[in-house]
Formats: sequence, structure tokens, C-alpha cells
Amino acid sequence: MYRPRIIPVLLLKKQALVKTKQFGKSIYIGDPINAVHIFNELMADELVFLDIDASREKRSISPQFVKKVGEEARMPFAVGGGINSISAIKSLLQAGAEKVVIGKEAATNPEFIRACTETYGSSSIVVCMDVKQTWSGKQKVCYLNANKIIPQDPVQYAQLIESMGAGEIIIQSVTRDGMRTGYDLSLLQSVALSVQTPIVALGGAGTIHHLIDTYHQVPVNGLAAGSLFVLKGNGVLITYPTNTRSLFSI
Amino acid sequence: MLNDKIVVVDYGMGNLHSVVKSLSRLGGEVLSSSDADIILSASKLILPGVGHFAKAMENIQSLSLDAVLHQAVLENKIPVLGICLGMQLMSQYSEEGQQKGLGWFDANVVRFDFRSTDHLRIPHMGWNQLSFSDPHPMLIDVDLSDEFYFVHAYHWQCNNAAYTVANTNYSYPFASAVARSHIWGVQFHPEKSRMGGEKILRNFLFHRFEDVTE
Repeated sequence: MYRPRIIPVLLLKKQALVKTKQFGKSIYIGDPINAVHIFNELMADELVFLDIDASREKRSISPQFVKKVGEEARMPFAVGGGINSISAIKSLLQAGAEKVVIGKEAATNPEFIRACTETYGSSSIVVCMDVKQTWSGKQKVCYLNANKIIPQDPVQYAQLIESMGAGEIIIQSVTRDGMRTGYDLSLLQSVALSVQTPIVALGGAGTIHHLIDTYHQVPVNGLAAGSLFVLKGNGVLITYPTNTRSLFSI
Repeated sequence: MLNDKIVVVDYGMGNLHSVVKSLSRLGGEVLSSSDADIILSASKLILPGVGHFAKAMENIQSLSLDAVLHQAVLENKIPVLGICLGMQLMSQYSEEGQQKGLGWFDANVVRFDFRSTDHLRIPHMGWNQLSFSDPHPMLIDVDLSDEFYFVHAYHWQCNNAAYTVANTNYSYPFASAVARSHIWGVQFHPEKSRMGGEKILRNFLFHRFEDVTE
């Protein structure tokens, strides 16, 4: 039987692993390749690496770094950060990534996603939509470290991305990032029910129960988290649940 | 096995790295190449692939690899394992880009056809299992509880049930492992599927395809 994936999301800053809170200040976690070794041992389903400076610095996540991850990772992994060309995707997939994650370029130029899927098929192309709640309570899709917003609301944007053929959409709550209080269920629900594309939830998970409850309440295909898998309290601790299948009663 | 030369066919699509790496871990000499002489001198071939079917066939044709592969696999009977898109390429035809395949199996590749409800969505992305009842050299030591990693929106539709080694259920059952004598294919990524995947790769590497008959 098919089961959902549990996905550690690892943030990169100058090739070091970090963790943010609401996309703000980051704390140092450790060496990314060392983390890959630990997640190998813990048999993680999949990993996502996001270079959080790349878009702002107008470059893509480093293919040399991705190659290093590819040499060590025993599980599939996706990489993102500043990807805005077919040639960048080619070098990242050749470096060993299964999938690429596209953020800013999808938000500012959705047609790019169509060009990607026409070359690589939909399965390798993942779009990450960052969503933040404004003071008025409205959910806005944003990009460039949540500094810019786009006109479409999350549902409209997800439908647009789906029409471009993206293989998967990561819905990331900026507001919940690093808070460990649980996913934004109403955001996930509204988007997941408005598209047929696989959905990965990200932002806010603090306990394994947050993952299980969300899976039972929202049709998501993946449950992703940062803090949950790299922090314990305020200290760094890399963990991962065992026996996923029984966790979800599958 | 130890004297075998395993060649991963490089036609410019995706991820050769992890395939080469996991095969090397099992022993034997492994290299990736698009060179006709190297492909024809292989003791076993891997046809990998991530991406778009029509684009992949275009690449294969523009590198003149189709003739090389036909010669290697059909005439010289070099055992081959197709992985993911590589398995799909062994079919007659795919809906993805409406393109003809290598035609080694009487099968077509079609898009998943169901209305997504709940957790089952297209593409099929993530961990799933195999179901099988008949033994096959590909399945030695493989358990029904083993998990395999899938990433695909299109799947095989066999016109000959005898090709099917195992099925996987995703809304409905589809052929996820197939074989016709020395030509094997799997829809999942064994190189990313932990123990289960390692068993499949090992079975391919260690199987003695001595009396290749149709």
C-alpha cells in the first residue's frame, strides 16, 4: 500500500545547515553531509535541501554541493534555491537530485514551470509556495525570503501551478516556520482540496502527532518539517520516527 | 559476477550517479557511457532514466543509441535492467509526448487514469509495495513488506500478462516489475529503495542469464 512520506527539510546557508523561525534569524545546526549520514542510518523517506540565500544572491544551489549529497544519500532527495533555468535543473539532476524545488521563479514567472515539465516531465518538478498571514489575517503567497508577495491567493496560485504541470506542491507556512505549534490545517485543507497535484505540508510541525493528525485530516502526500527533525528544545538533535507504516496505521 | 562489466547507458537524462553508486556498492565494475563499443562490450546493461519519454527517445535517437541498444539487447542478448523511465522506454509507445519506444515488449505506457481523491494523486510519488504470486529470479529474497520508491505519472499497460513479474496498487494495480527472458524492467527506483531495492539490483547482477531463450 501507498503511504505518505515524512520529509526532513534542511536549510542551507553558506553550505552549513541552519534553522530559521518565521524565515527570520537562523541558528547553526551543523554539517549537512553529516546530517545525511545520520538520516541514512535513521532511514528517512526523502530529504529536501533548500539554499535560503540563493535567490537573493542570484545564483542556484551549488551543483557541487548536490553532488556531494548525492554521493552519500541513500534516500531520494530534492534540492531548491535560486533555480531559474533549464540548464540549472539539468546540472542538479545530473548531480544526483531526484527532484528540484522551485520557489521564486514559479511565483514570478509561472510559465517557467511549464517549460521545466516539458523537458523533465512533471515528476521531477516541485514547486514550493511560501504563504504568510498578514496583519489582517489574509493568507498571501510570497517569495524572496517572504519579502515580496504575488497577487494570487494560495488556492488560485496552486491551481495556476497545477495547470503548468508541476509534479508536487510544497505548501510552506512562513508564519508557522520554526514555531512547532502544528501545521496550518485550514491553509493546507483549502489548497489540497482545490487541486489534484500531490501536496507536501511544511511549516509548524513540532511533534510526531502533528504529522499523524494532519495526515488524517488533510489529503497530503508528504509531511515535511525542519525543527522537528533537527532540534530538541533549543539544542541540536537529529531524529526521525521509526516504522512509518504503523505510525499512520497503514 | 566479479568479472562482469556493468554499463549504465548514458543518454543525457537525469540521475546516473546514484545508480552507479548503488551498483558499485554491490561489487563489480560499473561505468556509465554513451559509447557504442563500451555498451556492446558490457556483460550487463542498465537503462536508467528520469524525465520525459519523448525527450528521452529524441536523445537516444540523436546519439544513435537506438541501433546500438537493439544490437546489444536483441542480437547480442546482453541482459538489461530498465529503471523507471528506462523501463517505459522498452515499450512500444508512450502517451507522454506520443512517441514510439524501443519496442522490446508488447506494452504501452499510459498516464494514470483516475480522478484524484484523498491521498492518491498523480504523479505517484513515494513509497509503495509490490504484489506477486509467482516466483521469478528478480524477486529472490524480496518480501511483500519491502518498500520501493516510485516517482511517475505514467505507467505500463501490458498486452501480455506473462511479462508481469509484480504489480503495485495505486488506485488500481499496474505492472511495476516486468521481464522477458534477459530483458528486465522496474518502474520504481531500486537504487533509492533501501533493502528491497538492493535485493532487486543484486538479483539482476548475480543472475546467470546463460540460456537466453525467448
